[in-house]
Amino acid sequence: MYPENFRYTKEHEWVKVEGGTATIGITLHAQGELGDIVYVDLPKVGTKVEQGKTFGSVESVKAVSDIYSPVSGEVSSINEALNTTPEKLNADPHGEAWLIQVKLSIPTEVDGLMKAADYQAYLGA
Amino acid sequence: MLESSALKVTPLNSLHRQMGAKMVDFGGWGMPVQYSGILDEHQTVRERVGLFDVSHMGEIEIRGPEALDLVNFVSTNNAAKLKIGQAHYAGLLYAHGGFVDDILVHKVADDHYFLCVNAGNQDKDFEHIVESNTFTATVENAGPRYAQIAVQGPRGLETLKKLTATDLAAIKYYHFADGEVSGTTARIARTGYTGEDGFEIYVSPDEAPRLWHELMEAGKEFGIKPAGLGARNTLRMEASMALYGHEIDATISPLEAGLNWIVKFDKGDFQGRAALESQRAAGITRTLAGFEMQGRGIGRDGYEIQIDGHKAGWVTSGGPAPTLGKNIGLCYLPVDKSAVGQVIQVMVRNQPVDAVVVPTPFYKRAK
Repeated sequence: MYPENFRYTKEHEWVKVEGGTATIGITLHAQGELGDIVYVDLPKVGTKVEQGKTFGSVESVKAVSDIYSPVSGEVSSINEALNTTPEKLNADPHGEAWLIQVKLSIPTEVDGLMKAADYQAYLGA
Repeated sequence: MLESSALKVTPLNSLHRQMGAKMVDFGGWGMPVQYSGILDEHQTVRERVGLFDVSHMGEIEIRGPEALDLVNFVSTNNAAKLKIGQAHYAGLLYAHGGFVDDILVHKVADDHYFLCVNAGNQDKDFEHIVESNTFTATVENAGPRYAQIAVQGPRGLETLKKLTATDLAAIKYYHFADGEVSGTTARIARTGYTGEDGFEIYVSPDEAPRLWHELMEAGKEFGIKPAGLGARNTLRMEASMALYGHEIDATISPLEAGLNWIVKFDKGDFQGRAALESQRAAGITRTLAGFEMQGRGIGRDGYEIQIDGHKAGWVTSGGPAPTLGKNIGLCYLPVDKSAVGQVIQVMVRNQPVDAVVVPTPFYKRAK
């Protein structure tokens, strides 16, 4: 359910690192807690993000939730499809509905994040 | 999850959990916020029928030969106009004209009125009414004696009809009948908080779980689903119905909230009357208005509103309107800047996003 090649944050974001680029999204658990997602606010390409700092928000019918960056770097790509189809975040949060891609400035940061097993234990706690 | 042992629960609490509801703390009550999802539940109520547990709502019963005198003194509407079996919406006000609560008054008999009040306000309301009781009326905080289930949506009547001999079609909007639903004594009111046709049923808490099951069974062929507080909020917002703590509270008067129609100056004295008369004479300075977002972004409860870069008001309730496919909200604005077509800026996370004042209610069902 939680891919082994992702790392996870306590705020329920996931990050997948390939080369020097990280793909970031919210977890299955996060979308379930939010409920029907109706709006996604993402930064522009070129924006600098910092580990642990908010870079955008996801809104459900009921609430607004800040998204915190798992890593530091510069936004290289955003998932434009979510502007028109935010509900994809409910359907496929670990796949098609990734949020942003970041060119890493501190590649070692990701080592401090939870692995899939740790995250699942964290959810169970 | 979020519930602690200190939370009050309704007789249907364990049923909600079995049905997979997500539970939240709502004004000290452990209540279902959603089951299948707010959008799905919202649409179910608009198109078919939804079942709500609203047993957290409070009931206050006022009895005695001077019951009407007390009801008319503490509430803004004129209960003398009610016929037996009729209900109306009213404000319960402080002397300064702000809301203690908004309530439904049902006339059961000449000497008996049944008030439905907000869950989080029931003890405050009860104390307020008792303190105001200079009459011989008796006041009972009757919440624990009632569970309340709301059957809402276009197929609500057909659903409920299977379980009662009471002629439901004969109960007009904002009327009620005392009868039986599946063999248990019930007060059946054609009222609701969704903008749809439907009924609110008051029964003994012991009977509520059985009744819930039977209603779910009776509504199966119409596509009935349980609905939570999340859908209840989006439904009432589309219908522009006030929610205590949002559109109205102790600092807001009914004249500001656009509720002039529940204030009857042509009856005798009532709490808040003098304050409202002064306010009416001086003219109100702020008023409740509806808005629709124009730019990208969703105005949410509590967000600031600006006009031409200056603070002009605040959002009382805001969010997506599932039936309309728009982002809407209710807000307070200066009276002279509240006309339909007025452009406003909702401060969404410190960024101004354009919105425009539109007529309310946002949604009105076809009759």
